[in-house]
Amino acid sequence: MALLTLENVSVAYDNQYILKDFNVNIEKGQLISLLGPSGCGKTTTLRLIAGFLEAKDGRFLFDGKDYTRVPVNKRNFGFVFQSYALFPHMSVYDNVAFGLRLRKVSETEVKSRVEQILDVVSLGGFEKRFPKELSGGQRQRVAIARALVIQPDLLLFDEPLSNLDANLRINMRVEIRRIQQELGITTVYVSHDQEECFSISDQVAIMNKGVIEQLDDPAKIFKYPKTEFIARFIGFNNFITFGERTEQDGESELRVGGHRFSATHNPGTANASAKKCAMRPDDLIVTTESQDLEANRLPGTVKISTFLGRSYQYVVETDLGDFTVNQEMETPYKSGQTVHLLFPKDKMVLVD
Amino acid sequence: MQEKNRGLALFTLLVFVFLLGPLVIISFTSFEPGTVLKFPPEGFSWRWYENIFEVKMFMKTFGTSMFVSLVGNLLALLLGVPAAYALSRFQFKGKGLLNAVFISPVLIPGIVMGFAMLKYVIITYNLPIYAGLLIGHTVIMLPFIIRVVASSLSNFDFAIEEASLSLGAGKVETFFKVVLPNIRSGIIAAILIAFLESFNNVDISVFMTGPGVSTLPIQMLTYVENNFDPTIAALSVLLMIITAILMFIIERMMGLSYFTKRS
Repeated sequence: MALLTLENVSVAYDNQYILKDFNVNIEKGQLISLLGPSGCGKTTTLRLIAGFLEAKDGRFLFDGKDYTRVPVNKRNFGFVFQSYALFPHMSVYDNVAFGLRLRKVSETEVKSRVEQILDVVSLGGFEKRFPKELSGGQRQRVAIARALVIQPDLLLFDEPLSNLDANLRINMRVEIRRIQQELGITTVYVSHDQEECFSISDQVAIMNKGVIEQLDDPAKIFKYPKTEFIARFIGFNNFITFGERTEQDGESELRVGGHRFSATHNPGTANASAKKCAMRPDDLIVTTESQDLEANRLPGTVKISTFLGRSYQYVVETDLGDFTVNQEMETPYKSGQTVHLLFPKDKMVLVD
Repeated sequence: MQEKNRGLALFTLLVFVFLLGPLVIISFTSFEPGTVLKFPPEGFSWRWYENIFEVKMFMKTFGTSMFVSLVGNLLALLLGVPAAYALSRFQFKGKGLLNAVFISPVLIPGIVMGFAMLKYVIITYNLPIYAGLLIGHTVIMLPFIIRVVASSLSNFDFAIEEASLSLGAGKVETFFKVVLPNIRSGIIAAILIAFLESFNNVDISVFMTGPGVSTLPIQMLTYVENNFDPTIAALSVLLMIITAILMFIIERMMGLSYFTKRS
């Protein structure tokens, strides 16, 4: 049974729905990311779980209990903020000890637990410093320590790394993953940074307009997006809208405007309702070798050729629209050249 | 360029002369040994400073002024801090209007405010003089408390409040343990600014005072009407010194920009 369940939850501001009939299940011990463009409802979902927002409708179940009306301060969830939100008037020690003291833990135990958790985030010896005397990365680690020390039932991150510089971001996300796995704590992580989400999560939920479009492990989403939105979001920018589709032998045959394509059925993704086929620019091939015009081949003209450093990027104009291809070559094709596009059938992903 | 700077310098100098000149002259005349205000003074004496403490009405009205300003300050804090908090923290309908209403005592001429309060509050409800004075001064101070506190809350990251809640603190506990310590200097500045406004107020107080009950500035006016000796000059110098000290503390607390910043 799932540890956390949102059941038909709706959130609205001024009659505008941010979330409507929203559902999600999260398993114990997992790190799940909510990923999506701004305004997709990911932060709203997180704040709802935290208790900062109240649902208009629906239920929030946690560990089998109804948490829908439980106030924030009774939930025992740790929350890590984008702005760190450390208490500026308190030392690192007092910041971390804050939650423990509210729980009436004895000062001797507070001391040992604060020291222990500061070691976990590699900040031993910083107890007496004040937040303004710390770097961004150190502040964020204090914020994580403060959320962890209360031994929360759930850990929530709201874009925790977006105020850090690129290198630190990578270090910190490794750190967050390490701590999360070490303590085996169920975690919900919100970010708009794909790489961040894909690299640290057990499961990624991609959200769009208040709905989870796909909830899967990162590798699967990356390879087999379910919808056009997700495909575009993770870098598939070539699409074929096909007219009809017939299935046989684990393959689909797609017909459009006199062309035929065959696409391999990917594990658990071939949707009966699929209308489009998505391809990454890295997976298409541009060639001049003339062969018989068979399936998965499309004649076209190079419209734009751009040098990208490691590879060339071509925009190829065909009678099914423009396609973008990245290809490594020694002698590049020129604009205006007549070419053929090859579509490897295992790289054609059917999407809604 | 050079010419323009010189013109500006002259202008600035004139402004200072007109602003500070009278204060300097008052300060000199306060040391006049004779019985009539004179500039330049004909000698040096502490005589009129001593006299301040011999005029019973000054002592009595000083007490009244202190009482009204301090207790009114407390009332204005109790009303103003929550109001400033709500105005900074939440978005709600009519927020702009409410803001304007809270600030209005600064914008409406004191005479109008005072007269309106006398006619529609004091007389209508037949309030005792002290109650009237207290209400009047609370109203004088409220906009300053709200503006200064709201101004210090504008730099406050409300995520900190949420952090406190998520760590298990209740709302009231969060306010006292997390919000208040972080706007403490703003609140102290608000108290001092409001105190100065109230303590020096004449135009509203004049309607609230009555037989036997007066504030120090009103008493000073009355005194000047009947006496020409330099006592008032001496008392003015003392008040200036107190004001300067308070201003210095405010400046230390949060910078004088809080007077000019629009909230």
